Amino acid sequence: MSVLRGVAHVYGDNIDTDRIIPGKYTKTLEMDHLAAHVLEDLDPEFSQRVQPGDILVAGDNFGCGSSREQAPLALKAAGVSVVVAAYFARIFYRNAINIGLPVVEIGPHAIQPGDQLEVDLTAGVVRDLTDGRPYQTNKMPQVMVDILQAGGLVNYLQEHGDYT
Amino acid sequence: MGTIAEKIISQHAGRPVSAGDIAIVPVDGVMATDATAPLAIRAFEAMGGRRLWDPERVSLIIDHASPAPNERIGNLHKLMRDFHERMGGHFYDVGEGICHQLMVEDGRVQPTDLFVGADSHTPTYGALNAFAVGVGSTDLAAVWLTGKIWLKVPQTIKIELHGRIPPGITSKDLILFLVGQMGIAGATYQAIEYTGPALRHLSLASRMTIANMSAEMGAKTGFVDATGLALPYEFTAVFPDPDATYSQVYRFDVSELQPQIALPHSPDNIRPIAEVVGQSVHQAFIGSCTNARLEDLQMAARILKGQRIHPRTRLIIGAASKRVFNDALRDGTAQILSEAGAAFITSGCGPCVGTHQGIPGDGEVIISSTNRNFRGRMGNPRSLVYLASPAVVAASALCGEITDPATLLAGEEWELL
Repeated sequence: MSVLRGVAHVYGDNIDTDRIIPGKYTKTLEMDHLAAHVLEDLDPEFSQRVQPGDILVAGDNFGCGSSREQAPLALKAAGVSVVVAAYFARIFYRNAINIGLPVVEIGPHAIQPGDQLEVDLTAGVVRDLTDGRPYQTNKMPQVMVDILQAGGLVNYLQEHGDYT
Repeated sequence: MGTIAEKIISQHAGRPVSAGDIAIVPVDGVMATDATAPLAIRAFEAMGGRRLWDPERVSLIIDHASPAPNERIGNLHKLMRDFHERMGGHFYDVGEGICHQLMVEDGRVQPTDLFVGADSHTPTYGALNAFAVGVGSTDLAAVWLTGKIWLKVPQTIKIELHGRIPPGITSKDLILFLVGQMGIAGATYQAIEYTGPALRHLSLASRMTIANMSAEMGAKTGFVDATGLALPYEFTAVFPDPDATYSQVYRFDVSELQPQIALPHSPDNIRPIAEVVGQSVHQAFIGSCTNARLEDLQMAARILKGQRIHPRTRLIIGAASKRVFNDALRDGTAQILSEAGAAFITSGCGPCVGTHQGIPGDGEVIISSTNRNFRGRMGNPRSLVYLASPAVVAASALCGEITDPATLLAGEEWELL
């Protein structure tokens, strides 16, 4: 799981949680319901177009706004394997790791829609296989690495019973 | 040595920590709403949770879609009630109020506490000097299980506010101004300390409005300097050490502040009201964790007393809590507003978060006392949401267009509440 490959879907800065999954759809425990409306007000065709393993790419402050964990859940349920952004809003970042959706910060980048990407989570490198450019990812605190490696916070606590 | 954030986290960690450190800390209080609790319940059970670490410190609130607008949400509410029956804790059912208002009113959060809320506006409690952070459902479930959370100690931005806020200008205008200055990501991963003489006369309610919208700058939390803070119980305030280190320091003089408006579709798209006066308005809303406390309703009532709202504009009001609504009934505020044409809804978050109770139509313009105006936030991506103070919302409902309340109350100075 440490190397992920997929096609990039690229969006801009400040993509807020209302555009990832509008509040009116979040009151559910059905992941299919979330996936059907993911990014609906930003890119209405995304939920039809996305293929399992695809990679979401964004600019600054991805996931700003509400604390809704339904935002990373909707992306994960739609098949997104990893989100790459210049940087993330903090609650989204925690939520994604907690549900086992990898997220990596790479600062300013030139990734284009349709580029083939390879994300090496262990080495901390994103490679744009289409234009050949590599990007170093920001280092994650060890506790987050441990949670992500466990597959999320539920698995981590099942395993450890407490924070270690 | 330390900022407020560093001091509170150090005290909880049992060792001195500073910005950048990772700390695993005990939590004093925790709350979740119907927007976040159902997923948290599912995560808690998946973690193997059998009981809450300390039910006395746990609150559940039904406010985001309250009362339930459909059977799906009705069943999520039932899930929460069943969980509470089995696990204990404090439960606030339909109509009790908005989570953040209830936590403060009921003393579930107090100064120097480290509080975790499964809602992004949890930093509201920085108004009373708690370190309060918003998290998602799984982090919340982990607190239910362990009583702890891991945190990266944030850097802190200091915002000094000098001068005196002019009469008729509210803390909402001040915080909208600051969000405009700092930008929507201006404090990402950081804490904010709001300080300076301009804040000393502010009520707890006004301070809550300021701390609340720390979230709109991406902040982890925000503290309002406790100088002048009055609470209904004895408390110890936290002040930063004189040699505390800040990532950035901003100074503003607010003596000339005018009403501020956030234009669609971002809370940092701020203009002084003069640039948008005359924009026609279809719906006005006074509510949310940002601005629906008694002083906010009283402000609206002063503008609407003996008047009738514009025939092509509807005014929706949801008090911050049942207690606020009862106070507004008792002092005549609610009657003035109702007679002016306001429609009162159940205390909760519905219109702000687009779940129910006022979803706008296509192309409609909303003026709202809430905190976010992202596209689709109020439930329709083809509507246009403007954010303002309750005074501006009331004045705009009266005139059917965005209106500076000062033009309605000419010559009549009204003190900032």
